[in-house]
Amino acid sequence: MKLALGPLLYYWPRQATLAFYADMADAPVDIVYLGETVCSRRHELRLSDWLEVADILAAAGKEVVLSSQVLVESESDLKTLRRIVTNGRFRVEANDMGAVRLLTGGDEPVADWIAGPTLNIFNPATLGMFAELGANRWVAPPEMSRQQIAELRGGLGRPMEVEVFAHGRLPLAFSARCFTARHYNLQKDTCEFRCLQFADGIPLKTREGEPFLTLNGIQTQSAHVHTLLGDLPAVQADGLDILRISPQGEHTAEVIDLFRQALAGTLPPAEALRNARPLLPEAPCNGFWHGRPGVEQLVTA
Amino acid sequence: MTPPHPIELVCPAGSLPALKTAIDNGADCVYLGFKDATNARNFTGLNFDDKSMADGVRYAHDRGRKVLLALNTYPQTDNWPSWTRAIDRAADCGIDALILADPGLMAYARKTHPQLRLHLSVQGSATSYDAINFYYERFGISRAVLPRVLSLAQVEHVIANTPVEIEVFGFGGLCVMVEGRCALSAYATGESPNCNGACSPGKHVRWEQTPKGMETRLNGILIDRFADGERAGYPTLCKGRFDVNGETYYAIEEPTSLNTLELLPELARVGVRAIKIEGRQRSPAYVTQVTKVWRAAIDRLQADPAPFRVEAAWMAELNKVSEGQSHTLGAYYRPWK
Repeated sequence: MKLALGPLLYYWPRQATLAFYADMADAPVDIVYLGETVCSRRHELRLSDWLEVADILAAAGKEVVLSSQVLVESESDLKTLRRIVTNGRFRVEANDMGAVRLLTGGDEPVADWIAGPTLNIFNPATLGMFAELGANRWVAPPEMSRQQIAELRGGLGRPMEVEVFAHGRLPLAFSARCFTARHYNLQKDTCEFRCLQFADGIPLKTREGEPFLTLNGIQTQSAHVHTLLGDLPAVQADGLDILRISPQGEHTAEVIDLFRQALAGTLPPAEALRNARPLLPEAPCNGFWHGRPGVEQLVTA
Repeated sequence: MTPPHPIELVCPAGSLPALKTAIDNGADCVYLGFKDATNARNFTGLNFDDKSMADGVRYAHDRGRKVLLALNTYPQTDNWPSWTRAIDRAADCGIDALILADPGLMAYARKTHPQLRLHLSVQGSATSYDAINFYYERFGISRAVLPRVLSLAQVEHVIANTPVEIEVFGFGGLCVMVEGRCALSAYATGESPNCNGACSPGKHVRWEQTPKGMETRLNGILIDRFADGERAGYPTLCKGRFDVNGETYYAIEEPTSLNTLELLPELARVGVRAIKIEGRQRSPAYVTQVTKVWRAAIDRLQADPAPFRVEAAWMAELNKVSEGQSHTLGAYYRPWK
């Protein structure tokens, strides 16, 4: 089973971002997704910088994928998207239908791309259609359960690489509004790039102090950290191809190591989950995998 | 200058009485759904069975109006046949167009009922002309409903670059998140607009008078707390008050409604073809009120666009039925973002 490092969902300073990926070149992940998927105002790294990082990681033996932005609003967003799609070197993860059109339309459609988790692919008819259009890998929407993913694969009638969101705060929602700017009474257009101050986003709690969500610019995430570390035997039994680990402010490399050890059988999954707890910015959850509210944490007997 | 196409008024019908009052008060189209999870307003006591739908379609067609069917949730492998059956039932009923989000269902509808007009639902999250043109080129959609995220200039730019008619939301409950890209409700309750057709569903809601005030909870999660004398709103989870860095406020959005009445001349000028009124879950009285005002405004604009101005009485009527009795221009007004 392969491990993938998902796209960086936060906005880190340039040097911190470059240092993180320099570390990841040595980490035991097989695939690295790169690029800005959340907010077009974030430009500590521009596309040319991301391509340089891509080269370094590819030279270190990683499969590199360029991820497209989820919410595309302006012509300048589309311009960036066209440059990603036509980069000519790395495969592309399409995260909105505009990207799919650019990959599959025109005179020279791209033969090989990845259907990202925000395309809302929930059934074999839809996934089969994207497979015919050249998608060779599908990243399941995080809200899908183990059973739903298994049924979809069963109904697809053709082999296809399947990747699941296996670790990280869940990217739950996208908006035109920036909630980080709102918190500082700033407008999005003059946000002062406040996201740079929060390596793991801004915690949002209920009025009785329970961690609930995380504000990450225009994206809203869960407060709890979705992780399948404790569920790995089931994940392995299902024969899924790739597990996605979403970068967190600290300890991403240690989390990757725990997944590696648990997958290799050198560390029992329950123990891996216990060891992970101090590495997480908040308590774990895995409800979505079990077909439950995502916030729940279910312990496998 | 009068725009080449009159703007269509598309009104919500959660029931046969709502459908009739929408039509009696001047809706050009009504949109509705079946009594199940195939549409994004899957609430108890709402929506249509085959009989009431047939009655509704007859009522509309007898008066020269159209009926659109929302089948805008995403089916899973195990329930796929319920959705394709719903498409077949809709075709049998003589529906004028299907509002779909799932590409697989679009392919099914195109193949099985090639005569049926297809509209891309707001749940399809298509925010650019490239996204909309994908559905046009693959499935021949006639219209797309834009998510409530674009500014007016961006809407104009989309319209200039697609042959697909554009429908926008004009009034009603405001989703602050991109429709089709929000799993907040799934995270809290296990039920989402995408898969179950429900956001913050009623069966998970608890109202509780406590010494600290009236508390509203969603599946146990405290969404808000109201002091005596404060009007306690429904706990839609993005419209609660939360604590961020020690400050308690509406961290995501206030309980407020979208109202773009004052933008009507601009929407017409940029070539918007239809305006959608949200609220299939609302009462026939709401539908009557809102339809009446918007009909009057569109008629006024079309009769004489130059001096168009919003009448105070229209706004007063609309504010009466707005969530939280307040309204916003949402993303059309850039500082809102």
